[in-house]
Amino acid sequence: MTTAVPVERAPHRRLVRAADGRALGGVAAGIADHLGLSPVLVRCAFVLLSLAGGAGIAMYGALWALVPQAAGGARPEGRAQIVALGAVGLGALLLLAAAGLLSPRVLPLMAATAGVALLWHQADQAQRSRWRASASGRRGGLLSVAVGLGLLVLGLTGFLASIGELGRAREGLLSTAVVVAGLAVLTGPWWLRTAHDLRAERRERIRSQERAEVAAHVHDSVLQTLALIRKAAEDPREVVRLARTQERELRGWLYTPTTPEQAAFAGALEQVAAEVEEAHGTTVEVVVVGDCPTSPTLLAVVAAAREALVNAAKHSGAATVSLYAEVTDDRVEVFVRDRGRGFDPAGVPADRFGLTQSVVGRMERHGGRAIVRSSAGQGTEIRLEVGRG
Amino acid sequence: MADPAPLRVVLVDDHRLFRAGVRTELAGEAGLQVVDEAETVPEAVALIIATQPDVVLLDVHMPDGGGRAVLAGVGEAAPRTRFLALSVSDAAEDVIGVIRGGARGYVTKSIAAGELADAVRRVAGGDAVFSPRLAGFVLDAFATSTPVPDDAPPADHADLDRLTARERDVLRLIARGYTYKEVASELFISDRTVETHVSSVLRKLQLSNRRELSRWAADRRFG
Repeated sequence: MTTAVPVERAPHRRLVRAADGRALGGVAAGIADHLGLSPVLVRCAFVLLSLAGGAGIAMYGALWALVPQAAGGARPEGRAQIVALGAVGLGALLLLAAAGLLSPRVLPLMAATAGVALLWHQADQAQRSRWRASASGRRGGLLSVAVGLGLLVLGLTGFLASIGELGRAREGLLSTAVVVAGLAVLTGPWWLRTAHDLRAERRERIRSQERAEVAAHVHDSVLQTLALIRKAAEDPREVVRLARTQERELRGWLYTPTTPEQAAFAGALEQVAAEVEEAHGTTVEVVVVGDCPTSPTLLAVVAAAREALVNAAKHSGAATVSLYAEVTDDRVEVFVRDRGRGFDPAGVPADRFGLTQSVVGRMERHGGRAIVRSSAGQGTEIRLEVGRG
Repeated sequence: MADPAPLRVVLVDDHRLFRAGVRTELAGEAGLQVVDEAETVPEAVALIIATQPDVVLLDVHMPDGGGRAVLAGVGEAAPRTRFLALSVSDAAEDVIGVIRGGARGYVTKSIAAGELADAVRRVAGGDAVFSPRLAGFVLDAFATSTPVPDDAPPADHADLDRLTARERDVLRLIARGYTYKEVASELFISDRTVETHVSSVLRKLQLSNRRELSRWAADRRFG
């Protein structure tokens, strides 16, 4: 009937009650999952054990109470559970009838039992809906708590009435109620304070975890860099490079959007800019408008931009290079500009071989183009352009 | 006007070291005088209202609300004072936030001394100052809107959400690292026209009824 679901075994798995695929409390399904058996088999075992003087029922109850529930159960009660509950109720009735115990005295007790079961069940449910973080189950939860309590009170009252002890019990109940009320008044503030303290402690724990995370990051990055800067104090270029690298890293940590798809083409360009900055000690100001996923062509654009940046860093003598990229629906443009010494593009010197090969050639091979604008004393701007799609 | 009175500048920043640095940098610049400094929001508001400076260099990030809170606190009480935002922050929300709060420009704290002085003079003269990064933010924010034709009748309200093609050109050049002067010669227009375009973009940024801006900000939430 049911095939055993292959489960991935993690080492030291704890037994948990199944949240999905359960019939009653998820005990049998949980055990089946834990042992790699079919749930049907486990359920049959419970039924057989129940026939042996009710041991199965006792075991089931104990496991229900003691074994924690699996996290993340998403499905609310289904028809299977209603059927299972009905079957259990009917079975209990039949059992009592067979034993000749189905007297008016027992009925109220059964109602009370049902009430208790409902309350227990609701405790499970409350845990599940906390995991689901949904408020939808809350009203239903309150309702079933009320019904459960009602059944319990009704059942107990009925039982007491049926054995003729209601009058005495009323006196007892009254005095108990007075005592409970007194205790509540006496200890109420203490309870409130405890609840409040618990909440406060939880908040504090979350805060201190966050603080620990920030401290760890600051230690690994900023403090280390400051130590390096102190050591490199004699070398201003190195100090600038360290500070700039650290600034970039910290900015990334603080401000980068966490969504992964944001880090495609723009991310690749920023990465390249960071590398050039690191290798050559020239500041690269990056501004990117728009973004898109990378492709072989766009990776070639990134590589060409990198070469242009390296050229500017090596030859222009400028302290700052601007990198601007714009992604529109139909094309991608990248501008690399410096205000350095510039050169005459018509007579590209031999050491600018990289420019013609790695930049212009690469762009043309990928169906784009590169335009170099430069004149002595005016700096250089290299424009890379390629269509999209 | 051979030697006009120097521009009076107030520094607002919660870092003492940074204020000292800017003071030293601006000390060498002719025509600028740092008259006072403040390090908290309430202090800054009181100081600005009391001294009515020409330009306030305003830190974006400070406790108690930062630059935006200072702008809100001063309100109309210093009508002649212009604000220039100065920040290490790259968060678009913060930058756009102070601009919408009334700042006439935004530059990063890594700006060179000479350029900072230029920016102060420009803001004092009523112009807007866009760093490449701010230009990039604006282009990004208005990227989804179709450009307004340049010969369209002067902006009615709907056009506050869109840039003209010319404004876009100017912003793109600024984002590429061009100075206003270089932008002007690149586009064959006068320096004055560049400034007009930039001021117009600033106005749109401040007045647009947020449609484009809020969509953009929502797309680009910083985690």
